Amino acid sequence: MRRFLTSPFLLVGAVAVVVAILPMILPSNFYMRVAALVYINAIAVLGLNLLMGFAGQVSLGHAGFFGIGAYAMALGPVYLGLPSWASLLGGTAVSALLAFLVGRPILRLNGYYLAIATLGMGMLVAMVISNEANITGGPNGMEVQRMVLFGWRVAGSVTWYWISGISLVIAALVVVNLINSPTGRALRSIHDSEIAARVLGIDVARYKLLAFVISAIFASIAGSYLALLDGFVTPTTAGFLLSIELVVMAVLGGLGSILGSIVGAAILVILPQALTVFHEYEHVVLGAIIVVFLILLPSGIVPAIAALIRRRPA
Amino acid sequence: MTVGAIYALVALGFTLIYNSSDVANFAQGEFVMLGGMVTFFGYAAGLPLFVAAVLAIVVAAVVGLLLYRLAIEPARRASPVTLIIITIGASIFIRGVTAIVLDKNFHSLPSFFGNEPFVIGGATLLPQSLVVMFGVSLVLIALWLFMSRTLRGKSLLATAANRTAAQLTGINTRAVTSTAFVISAAIGAIGGVLATPITLTYYDAGTLLALKGFAAAVLGGMGNPLGAVVGGLVLGLLEQFSAGYLSSQYKDAVAFIVILLVLFTMPQGLFGAKSVERV
Amino acid sequence: MTILRVENLGIAFGGVVAVDGVSFTVNRSEIFALIGPNGAGKTTLFNMISGVYVPQRGRIVLEGADVTNLAPHQLALRGMSRTFQNLQVFFRMTAAENVMVGRHVHENHNVFAHVLSLPSVHAQNRKTRADAERLLAMVGLAKVADSPASSLSYGALKRLEIARALAAEPRVLLLDEPAAGCNPVETEEIDAVIQKIAGQGISVVLVEHDMRLVMRISHRIHVLDRGKTLAVGTADEVRGNPAVIAAYLGGMGEREAARARG
Repeated sequence: MRRFLTSPFLLVGAVAVVVAILPMILPSNFYMRVAALVYINAIAVLGLNLLMGFAGQVSLGHAGFFGIGAYAMALGPVYLGLPSWASLLGGTAVSALLAFLVGRPILRLNGYYLAIATLGMGMLVAMVISNEANITGGPNGMEVQRMVLFGWRVAGSVTWYWISGISLVIAALVVVNLINSPTGRALRSIHDSEIAARVLGIDVARYKLLAFVISAIFASIAGSYLALLDGFVTPTTAGFLLSIELVVMAVLGGLGSILGSIVGAAILVILPQALTVFHEYEHVVLGAIIVVFLILLPSGIVPAIAALIRRRPA
Repeated sequence: MTVGAIYALVALGFTLIYNSSDVANFAQGEFVMLGGMVTFFGYAAGLPLFVAAVLAIVVAAVVGLLLYRLAIEPARRASPVTLIIITIGASIFIRGVTAIVLDKNFHSLPSFFGNEPFVIGGATLLPQSLVVMFGVSLVLIALWLFMSRTLRGKSLLATAANRTAAQLTGINTRAVTSTAFVISAAIGAIGGVLATPITLTYYDAGTLLALKGFAAAVLGGMGNPLGAVVGGLVLGLLEQFSAGYLSSQYKDAVAFIVILLVLFTMPQGLFGAKSVERV
Repeated sequence: MTILRVENLGIAFGGVVAVDGVSFTVNRSEIFALIGPNGAGKTTLFNMISGVYVPQRGRIVLEGADVTNLAPHQLALRGMSRTFQNLQVFFRMTAAENVMVGRHVHENHNVFAHVLSLPSVHAQNRKTRADAERLLAMVGLAKVADSPASSLSYGALKRLEIARALAAEPRVLLLDEPAAGCNPVETEEIDAVIQKIAGQGISVVLVEHDMRLVMRISHRIHVLDRGKTLAVGTADEVRGNPAVIAAYLGGMGEREAARARG
């Protein structure tokens, strides 16, 4: 168990095994769809965790990139005649470019100032989407064309389960690889002491920007997937609440924990589905769970459990 | 200016809690919502408006105290980000309880002094706008008197300046922080009572207010009460101005663009202390 | 041979002049100490030399090139490294990882290779790890290589910072109170480490309050008082300088002055 928790590559392998086995257990397409939603959110949270958990830079605006990815799938085919795969790449490129352009001035800020600046950036994206109604359909949203690859119509819960699951494994692998490289060490050092990192030759501005752009790409791809899965986009995909939800997933699962990103996403996706039974009490239960979990496990669920196991001799 | 005054109150409450406990309280908007909602239901149940308002303020203050004792204090050692998420969780909880105990509809209150607009120097004003401005000014004066004249207020200032030192001089920082939560909840609720005749309220109104209050506090310079008030007023004016002269759809956009521009040139906000890295 | 030349350096914070026209040169392999009462401007001087603060006047010349306005990470590429008076350790990392970060300037920064985890990245990681272990052994921390930095003692963290700074293979190493908080045994170890560093051809600039250490290992000593140069010379010359004694007696450190006299 200890080795499992310390070896990140084993962890990615375990995630891959779970993705492969889960369809045998899940009783219906509805559950496949929920699992796909978990994976899609987890991809965005992984990116955010790279930025927040490893590099230590807060963002309350990542739904902006998520929304760009989602709307690219609706707008690309309609206005530019692009096939879906090209729209996905285009949306990713736009998100990366936006992150690159706003990242440098924004990432000079610290703490709460950074939080409010990223929040403002996300809000601006959301406002453009909901206000340019004649292009984006405004609050009513837009239909998304199904993706067609080599004549194959990519749709349905099962198909998207596999696409998002495999993508999640790849995303986790990318993060693990980065963390265990000079880039990862540079990012983590920035989290602990920016000044020491600078003195050791690390171009802090460059690495913060790198983490920001990578996390934007992850969020954008996740947004595109969600649009394709749903066949529909609305401005909530870019909204402030989604930004907050992504941060809650990252913090609840555990900042700086790759498995935590997935666990956090799973809890926040599955819980509301499960709570629809309670109907009226959904908000109350959700809020209470967040508060109670974080009081009991302030470092997040996965790191807290890992610490428990470590304390006990294996 | 009316909106700005409400933002200023939210930002002020935000700053008060931040200074005494280092917690960025995203549940601040819920106090405003509670102020409006409880007053409405009290009034609808037949209480006189004033009594209903006092009841609402007391309810919000109790919620503020519970928020601190039940959610913040037990997580004392958690990181700032975790604490923020806890307050967000608490705000979702408060919203949920409000929706169940009260309801999910939009509500308004009657204006305290009628709806007849009047004209001062060419500008048309609603009586309620004056009430808001007058009320906010009263709150500011009362808060200033509390801080400068009472022992509890002074210990609050001392705790804000340096918690460890305050503890060493025998100040009960737990009681002080409780006070900060109670006061800032009450301030928020007063804002809710004052604004509801103009802006309407419902169980989900707190999110956006918390956001604007946070933005205002940051714009003014985190931790600076004067900055919070100025930040709130500036934010309100910007919104009114851009809604009036540019586009009402993009009024929030203008506000955020201005905040971004301010932060790019003044990374510590309008009134934030310029810090020199000491290593 | 001069490696580092500081010319007429000055900076003020809100009207208070912290460093006022200080000049000195440091030679290759030299141990050069900066001493002075608290508030003399030693750490501020370090912050300017390492690029953390931008000096308001004066020049810094490193190996013949003007580096006055370079950022810290650019200076690191040119062979400047330092430790910190109040620890700036990467507490969420292990001791070995801390030192590995120090190797950054000598590592390949191709992000795509990192994302793909190419074999070259693994080979490099192994080399970086080996370098880190060698440096940890040099400062006596080989045993705790895989312990979280947050679990180490104050004295160990001071030495960890030295190992991390050395990992960058600097020409000039600025040590800010390396012996602060260390017991006599640890201080002696640091003494040996510093001499070894200088023996490898690195110029060491040292800020230290432990006068016995300073007097024992420094080739030259530069005394600062209230931002200005008070005296320059060998240990013996500085020890006998009446202005220095007066500054220390008038300032905070009677005990330091007594120790300095032997």
